[in-house]
This record gives sequence, structure tokens and C-alpha cells, in this order.
Amino acid sequence: MSALLTEAFIGSLIFGALTAGIPLLLAGLGEQISEKAGVLNIGLEGMMLFGAYAGFAVAYSYSSFTIGFLAGGLAGLATACLMALLCVVWSMNQIVVGIALTLGAEGLTALLHHFQFSRSYPRLPKAETLPLPGLSELPVVGGALFDRNLLVYLAILLTVFMVWVFNRTQLGLNLQAAGDKPAALDAAGVSVKGTRFAAVLCTGFLGGLGGAYMSMVGGGLFLPFMTGGAGFIAIVLAMLARGHPLWVLIGAVLFGVSLSLATALQVAGVNIPTDVIQMLPFAMVILVLIIFARHSYLPPALGIPYHRGER
Amino acid sequence: MAAGDKSRLDGSALATVLRILLPIFLALLVGALLLLALGKDPLAYYGYVVKRGLLSPTGLQASITRMAPLLLIAAGLIVAFRSGLWNLGVDGQFLLAAVCVAALAPGMAAHGFGDVITLGACFIVAMVIGAAWSLIPAFLKASHGINEIISTLMMSFLGVSFANVLIKIPFNDPTTTVPQTATLPVEDRLARLGDSTVHWGVILAVIMVVAVHWMMERSSFGLKLQIVGSNPRAAIHAGLNVKLLTYAAFAISAGLAGLAGAVDLLGVHGTIRADWNPAYGILVIPLVFLARFNGYAVIAFVFFFAVLMIGGESAARRLGVPTFFVLVLVALLMLFFAVTEFLDQARKKKTGA
Repeated sequence: MSALLTEAFIGSLIFGALTAGIPLLLAGLGEQISEKAGVLNIGLEGMMLFGAYAGFAVAYSYSSFTIGFLAGGLAGLATACLMALLCVVWSMNQIVVGIALTLGAEGLTALLHHFQFSRSYPRLPKAETLPLPGLSELPVVGGALFDRNLLVYLAILLTVFMVWVFNRTQLGLNLQAAGDKPAALDAAGVSVKGTRFAAVLCTGFLGGLGGAYMSMVGGGLFLPFMTGGAGFIAIVLAMLARGHPLWVLIGAVLFGVSLSLATALQVAGVNIPTDVIQMLPFAMVILVLIIFARHSYLPPALGIPYHRGER
Repeated sequence: MAAGDKSRLDGSALATVLRILLPIFLALLVGALLLLALGKDPLAYYGYVVKRGLLSPTGLQASITRMAPLLLIAAGLIVAFRSGLWNLGVDGQFLLAAVCVAALAPGMAAHGFGDVITLGACFIVAMVIGAAWSLIPAFLKASHGINEIISTLMMSFLGVSFANVLIKIPFNDPTTTVPQTATLPVEDRLARLGDSTVHWGVILAVIMVVAVHWMMERSSFGLKLQIVGSNPRAAIHAGLNVKLLTYAAFAISAGLAGLAGAVDLLGVHGTIRADWNPAYGILVIPLVFLARFNGYAVIAFVFFFAVLMIGGESAARRLGVPTFFVLVLVALLMLFFAVTEFLDQARKKKTGA
């Protein structure tokens, strides 16, 4: 067991946890915005997948990570636009539309991958990192934590920014009202549908960005179905965080650890079947749900389309 | 269009037919544009799908055989959706049951148990395993009101990985090089109907769909489930045991998904390889919606879809269009269905109906 405590093991565990956790964090924060405003965005997995594909394809053809990330976010945003049109404006069933978007994203990206990349499986070069002066030279954790892609730091800053938006701004109040008491928001003269529409778009952009991070930085390539349920885990994170962005961050790191355990254990020379490892995050969600069942919170108007004047 | 909505008979017959055919037509049209964009001839593709899935005798028999698991899953979904429960975990329930039956059936057959006892035991085990896999979501929903969409999906992912662990370690057939379960001899599988390749599991599946439809429409138990589905608060006021009914709806729904796994294994495959996951469940969900939870309509849609699947699989080999295209078609179908539904509602509101 002493092999488990080596520098290489801890370094690769932290490194992997952050790599796996950042997409969950971005998508989870995004989903939180939607949920707060009263829209259950089941299509998040599809938005991530479109983001993953578009991010990779664009970064590959333009050889630029920045443009790639932007494309990934925009692909998620475009998907969210469709979702918002159908579910917010036209009040369609959010679950049916969400499943349809996820299925469509799975099929379409796998199809595009088949015709574009399945013969050559191109890879992106290793993503550029931005070492934080001083901190990145720390032993063991320095390289794993403070010598990362710019998006990693931005995602963590975003968490803090969202805490501020939720707690200190009118925008945060509006979001909360759209989910808790849409009629009150309407009476205050703010458009419920407009607020929800904007919230869904934010979710799409962040989900797409998370997907793009997965393909561009995490894997360096795009594979069909590569998000593998990350979107759904992000939905759970948002649900359990009860509207607090910091809890999404903590949850994302915990899930990142359980996802990266496989690679880290292999570094340490312990061999466990990958299927057992793949069960870990989902088993953890179920366990968390059972233990904290009473504490998960969803806004009262979640999933219910808003019609003015209806009770 | 909540999960608990009843199918309605309203508007003229023409409007109903239009409402169903229009989304299918639009989905095929957009699909055709996508094929064009990918440099494939859409007419050749659709023609080939129809030829291989519907018009050739072997293709038609394959399509009808494929209906068996799809119909059983659909039967389970009808119960869940009409009870207002989103059981989105059918794929895990299906696969786990199939894997356990794959381990059980060859063993029992080898030990000389008769066909009736073996098949009976397999069906029961499959239903129990499927139902057991829905126990945690049912508990979370019944006791804590936790959204079942998430919990069933998580259990599904967990079940699919767990099924792979079972195939690779305890149930692995050591005589094969690829990890897979022991193979059930062809003579011990479900009997064929006449000279065809169709097994009698299809008939069982049709009976189950009709039975479930009858149960939800005509029996008092079904009515109670529908009340829980459409208005849980009213159900409590009416003195119904909502918790128990929630468990029951989950168990029936997941049990039927498990039965689907048993029938698919005993009727067609005989063995399961590691990493096999047909993901029927997530594809059947839109069909059950399209049919508005109506059992008879479900049979028609499942037939249409089975033809698409079988034809699509042939086309993938022959025309180089991967089966992922069928996924895109299903998604388009669902979106256009939602749009027509919306336009229909808007029209009704306008006319004041």
C-alpha cells in the first residue's frame, strides 16, 4: 500500500481529478442557473456533446484552442437556443425535449465523427498551460494544481462570480423568483420567459464549454458518446448543491477524484477492472442521494412552464 | 402533456392521422437533407431500409423478432408514464436481467431441467432483477420525493457497468477468448413460430402490451395509478396509499424491462458479450410518447421503428451510413412530434375547444 502514497500517485490523482472535474463544474454551474430559474435542463448531456464535438473540430481545423473553446461554448448555446424556444417560449415538456436533444446530439456527433475522423483519429497537441508564478513550483501539488489551462482558473473564478451574482445582485434575485414564484416576478414587471430564456442560454454555453474542455484538454480527441453521462452527473450536482455554487465546486472535485482514481491506481500499479471504476461515480451519486435525500432542493416551479394568469 | 396524461380521442380522424404522420414525414425529410449533406443518396438509403426491413422475408421476420424486447419495454414504460413516473433507467434494468438470465439458462439447461421450468425460472428471475434495480429510485421517490429522472438514469449507468463486471468475472465463459457468458444451445431457446425465424416471445410481448393497456384503462388498480400520476395530492386526499402505488408502478415497469432482457436473450442471442448494450430503452421512450401512452398505437410505432432499425443495420453495412443515423431520426421525430403537439394545442386554444 505504500505505493499509494507516492508523489506520482498523489500528483496524478489531483491532476486527473481536476481534469475530470472541470467539465462537471462548468456544466453543473450552468445547470444551476437553469434550475434556479425553474427549467430542468435534461438536454445538458447533449449540449456538452455538441460542445465537445464542435470544440474539437474547430480547434483542429484552425489550430487554435481559444477559437475551439469559443466554438464549443457557442455549439452548446445554439442547442440551448432550440431548447429554450421549445420549452420556455412554446412551453413544451422539458423532459421530452431534453431527451430528444441528447439523443440527437449522440447520433449527429457520432455520425459526423464517422465521416470526418474515424479513419485517422486525429489528436490535438497538448493544451497550453499557464503556470502561476511561485505556486506552480510547489512540490507534489504544484504541477497538478497551478500549472493548468487558463480555462481551469476561469472556471473556479466563475464559481466565486456566481456566488456574488446569486447573493448580491438583482439578476440573482430575478433568477430565484423565476423558479420560486414566477407570478411574483411577472408582477414586478420582469419577463419570466425572458429570464428563463437567458438562463437556459447560459447553461448551454457553459455546458458546451465543459464538453469542449473534455475533448480538447481532457482527451485531445473526440470520440462518439464521449461525455458518458457527465451531463447527468452535472444535473445531480446542481440539484444537491441547493442553489449554492460552492457546493457544485466541491461536488465536482469529489466526482473528479472518483473518476480519476482508475488512472491514478494504474500509475501506482494496482489493477482494477475499468468497469468497476466506471461504476464509482454513479454509485457515489446514488449513495449521496440516499444519505442526503432530505437535503436536496429544487425550486417549486421547476419543470412547470409559465403561463401568465394561470394558478 | 404531462407524464400522466390520458390519451384522448378528439378532433376528426384526419387530424389524428395528420398529427402522427406529419412528424414522421418531417423527420424523414430533415433526415434526407442530412444524408445529402453527408454525400449520400437519401432515396437510395430509405429505399434500401424499406427493402431490407420490410419487403424481404428474412428482413421482415427479423423486424418482427426485434419487436419483442421493444414491446415489453414499451409496456413497462406505459405503466410508469401513466403513473406519472419517469422511469428512464430501463436500459440498466434490461441489461442486468439479460445478463443474469444468460448465466442461469445454460446452467439449468445443462442440468436437465425441462424447458418449461427453465424458461419459467428465467422469466421470474429477470422480472425480479429488473424490479429490484428500481427499488432505490422508488424508495427515494416515495419517501423523499427525489426526482426519479436522475435516480433511474444513475441506476441505469450503474447497472450497465455492473452487467459488464458480471460478464467479465463471475459469469465469464472460460472457453471463449472474448469475455462473454456461456452460450445457450439453439434447441433450448424460445421456440420458433412455424417455419419462420420469429420466436413466440413476440406473441408474449403483444399480449403484455394489450394487458397493460387494459390494466391502465379498465382496472381499478390502473385507475388508482393514473390518479397518483395526474394529481398526487388528490390521491392522498382520496385515501390512496401513494407510497405503495409508487413502488408497485416502479416494480411493474422495471419488471417488464427485465422480462424484455430475458426474451431477447432466450429468443435471439443465447449469450452476451462484454460491452453489449443495445440501449433499446432510451429509443423506445419517444415512441411511447408518440403513441400517447396508448398500447395499440405503441404496437404500430414499435413495428415502424423495428423496420427502421433492421433496415438501418443492413444499410450501415451496405451503404456506409452508420446506425447512428437512426438515433438522429428518432430525435427529429420527437422534436417534430413536440412541435405538432404544440401547434395542435395552440389551434385548440384559438377555437376555444
